Amino acid sequence: MSPAEVAVAGVGATPYYRRGESMPQTITELAGKAILAACEDAGLSVKEIDGFAYYSGAGAGYGAMMDTAEFMETLGIPEVTFSAALTSGGGGSAGALGLARAAILAGDANVVVTVMALQQDRQRLGKVFAAVPPHPLGSFLQPSGLAGPGHLMSVLTRRHMHNYGTRREAFAEVALSQRENAANRPTALHREPLTLDDYFNARMIAEPLCLFDFCLETDGAVAVITTSLERARDLRQKPVRVVAAAHGGSRDWGRAFAWMGMPDETFASAGHASVAKHLYRRAGVGPSDIDVALIYDHFSPMVIMQLEEYGFCAKGEGGPFVESGAIRYKGGSIPVNTHGGQLSEAYIIGMTHVREGVEQLRGTAVNQVEGAELALVTGGPAALPVSGLILGRDS
Amino acid sequence: MNAVKAQVLPGDFVRLGMSAVTEPFWQAAKEERLSAPKCGACGVFRLPPTPFCPNCQSTDVNWVELSGQATVFSYSIVRGFPGLPDIVLVPVVVDLPDAPGARLVSNVIDIDPADVHIGMELQVLFSPVRDGWRVPIFRPVANGHVARA
Repeated sequence: MSPAEVAVAGVGATPYYRRGESMPQTITELAGKAILAACEDAGLSVKEIDGFAYYSGAGAGYGAMMDTAEFMETLGIPEVTFSAALTSGGGGSAGALGLARAAILAGDANVVVTVMALQQDRQRLGKVFAAVPPHPLGSFLQPSGLAGPGHLMSVLTRRHMHNYGTRREAFAEVALSQRENAANRPTALHREPLTLDDYFNARMIAEPLCLFDFCLETDGAVAVITTSLERARDLRQKPVRVVAAAHGGSRDWGRAFAWMGMPDETFASAGHASVAKHLYRRAGVGPSDIDVALIYDHFSPMVIMQLEEYGFCAKGEGGPFVESGAIRYKGGSIPVNTHGGQLSEAYIIGMTHVREGVEQLRGTAVNQVEGAELALVTGGPAALPVSGLILGRDS
Repeated sequence: MNAVKAQVLPGDFVRLGMSAVTEPFWQAAKEERLSAPKCGACGVFRLPPTPFCPNCQSTDVNWVELSGQATVFSYSIVRGFPGLPDIVLVPVVVDLPDAPGARLVSNVIDIDPADVHIGMELQVLFSPVRDGWRVPIFRPVANGHVARA
């Protein structure tokens, strides 16, 4: 019989490392450590895992892969009944839990792990477009010198500033507020204070984006175990409900990584509008019901555009909204990235946001939002699919 | 602001990949002609080229030679590139007035990056890359230079 509802039962992670400092461990070791830690957290034997739900095509950053058979062999997992991945890249991070949920609700698997491991000793994600061999579509992009995703997002950001008057002060507020959230976190790689002067004196990388608008380049792994809510209630931790998940996106947003022909409103966006609509409808809630938002923050302006698309403010008003202090943990109307995010804690391609969402709804977060009932977690903007997830406290 | 003018990547840094669908664009560029595929059935332009028309799914294509005029839709100012720490590039996304709906990602040169703005009128020229190919790039019309046709 299929279960009625799915929950996160365990979360595990390696330490977070600066780029390249996780060597000489391998991707399989990093991911394996995170999986074992997640099982320990849940109070489950690793031998009970019978499903893998990846994203990014089971890639581990660019140029490295994860492999189910290798995990089964090294961890001693006897059999799997589900092994699948969302396509494309980091945009699927939140949606991978939806893939796990689908497998469990269908009765295809009982205990599913979603894992991401990242090691940037060979290829830095920030300059990945410059490194890939010439591709027929990429040849319409690469010669321009848009060397990585941040460079591409800088062009979208410029249009948002042009259309709506969004200021760099707003991007600074995203970076500063998240740094403040990271200050008291042992897991954060950047805890030192960041001031407005630091921000405006920083090196420009792809104007209008400066160094502090770009996320960290880090190594590490995070794993999440999902199972039926009923089963999770018998395990070690307070379950966190997977209330709804959605991944996908519109054709217009799909053009944002090659064709660039999308209409103005989509050009100056984070590509989450359609996913946000489906996510809220499936969850039966709206933005005012969300207590904490863990917004994918590879580049600070894209946080602002997602806040618009998830309805925390109107389209085009994201700049003034964040500048008003609305996303601050202390005193904000919607605390954003209470873990410091990818800008200040660590970048594990979206998985730190899932981890923080789980901790917030267990009530164990370092920067706990009092009485948090619902958390929004997003993946991307990136090439399609992008994704969203609503996690809920178990009553 | 320093007065360093926007550059392009050195030709040695750019290798093109192409398919049967995209090659006509590059063959034309090699001859310093800017062209775009227009659906032979419904007349909708598309760039980069795709095997099917996204509007009507036809595979029928007419390659139309364009005037080379363009308008800046958005842009970035990129400082440094792997292997070229001091280079300054202004990648631009441009609208092509005689191929409505199609955009190109290119570079603008011969301008102080601080003077680039959305809506600026540009004219195409061509820059050599590896293996004898050329890529379309742009310069401001206000400079008074018109690209070789």
